[in-house]
Amino acid sequence: MHELSLLQNVRDILEAEALKQGFCKVRQVTLEIGELACIEAEALRFGFDVVMKDSLAADAELVIEHLAARGRCRHCHQDMAMDGLQQICQFCGQYGVDILQGDTMKIKELRVI
Amino acid sequence: MCGICGCDSGESETKGHVHDHHDHHDHHPHDHIHHHDDTSPERLVKIEQDILGKNNRYAEQNRRYFQQHGILALNLVSSPGAGKTTLLVATIRALKDRMAIAVIEGDQQTRHDADRIEAEGVAAVQINTGRACHLDAHGVGHAVWDLQMPDNSLLAIENVGNLVCPASFDLGEAHKVVVLSVTEGDDKPLKYPDIFRAADVMIVNKIDLLPYVDFDVERCIDFARRVQPSIAIIKLSATSGDGFSGWINWLLERAGRQQTQNTQEAMP
Repeated sequence: MHELSLLQNVRDILEAEALKQGFCKVRQVTLEIGELACIEAEALRFGFDVVMKDSLAADAELVIEHLAARGRCRHCHQDMAMDGLQQICQFCGQYGVDILQGDTMKIKELRVI
Repeated sequence: MCGICGCDSGESETKGHVHDHHDHHDHHPHDHIHHHDDTSPERLVKIEQDILGKNNRYAEQNRRYFQQHGILALNLVSSPGAGKTTLLVATIRALKDRMAIAVIEGDQQTRHDADRIEAEGVAAVQINTGRACHLDAHGVGHAVWDLQMPDNSLLAIENVGNLVCPASFDLGEAHKVVVLSVTEGDDKPLKYPDIFRAADVMIVNKIDLLPYVDFDVERCIDFARRVQPSIAIIKLSATSGDGFSGWINWLLERAGRQQTQNTQEAMP
């Protein structure tokens, strides 16, 4: 359940940004979660209200955008869409596709007042 | 402000060390800006910040420290009960006359594992993570400071027994070592692919029990290589000593490489 730790990080980032960018309330938080990030969107939704309680993002809406995963074969160097961590290269048929995109999780934007 | 790494209060997700000298949590810096009210116009703020960014910055700080001091840092991950602590105790017995060793132990509760390590005559710091299911780079950085290791040491970081969460948290280690014992399922590399993909080595432990269990070693290796084709495989029993020299040789080779790298960096 490392989603709670990650949400605590989100809360810390929001509080730091509030000071930096001068806002006092967050109405909406948009997260971008890679399809291959080790994180469960449902667990994030479940924990969001709990972690944001009594913060400037209390009652904020959580929007989760998914980022498709792409990888490059380390044998034939072709790029392709990935649908899992045990990806077979669609060009040369071997295991060993390195992730180019889709294993990260970030805060993308906020609606604030 | 913390005097060790300059962190603000409350930065670690873990509860801190057992012999803790800091206890700085539940920091809420939101008492400041309240000059707007709900009638202010809503606006969009672009942030684009990695949720793990803070952990990754601490991890890079740790990694630089390890490189500067020729320290080989390993992050040992496994399910609970795969034999990480027994592996460490056997490793210490095999190597402690040849190199300096220190251990960071991560568990939710108790300092039983640190006590086992200290009984071998090696320095250990226990981090109790409380409710958290993994170590983070900030807590490890503090433990490293407490240990004050000599240059060219081996630092073994025994993570919380968990095959899921530790995959996401870089601690600054040179290698993740995943330990899988033959009393578990041989399909764990496919069930928990993130951690196997992040690892450079898979230790198949308790091989002395193979006659009594339904564990297909070759199948397990095949599964591990599907998620991480370049993963090194070491089969051993930490209690009987079977295959243990393979692990020790791997460690000495990696430790030598880290020390050489250190020497080269120290040259003008």
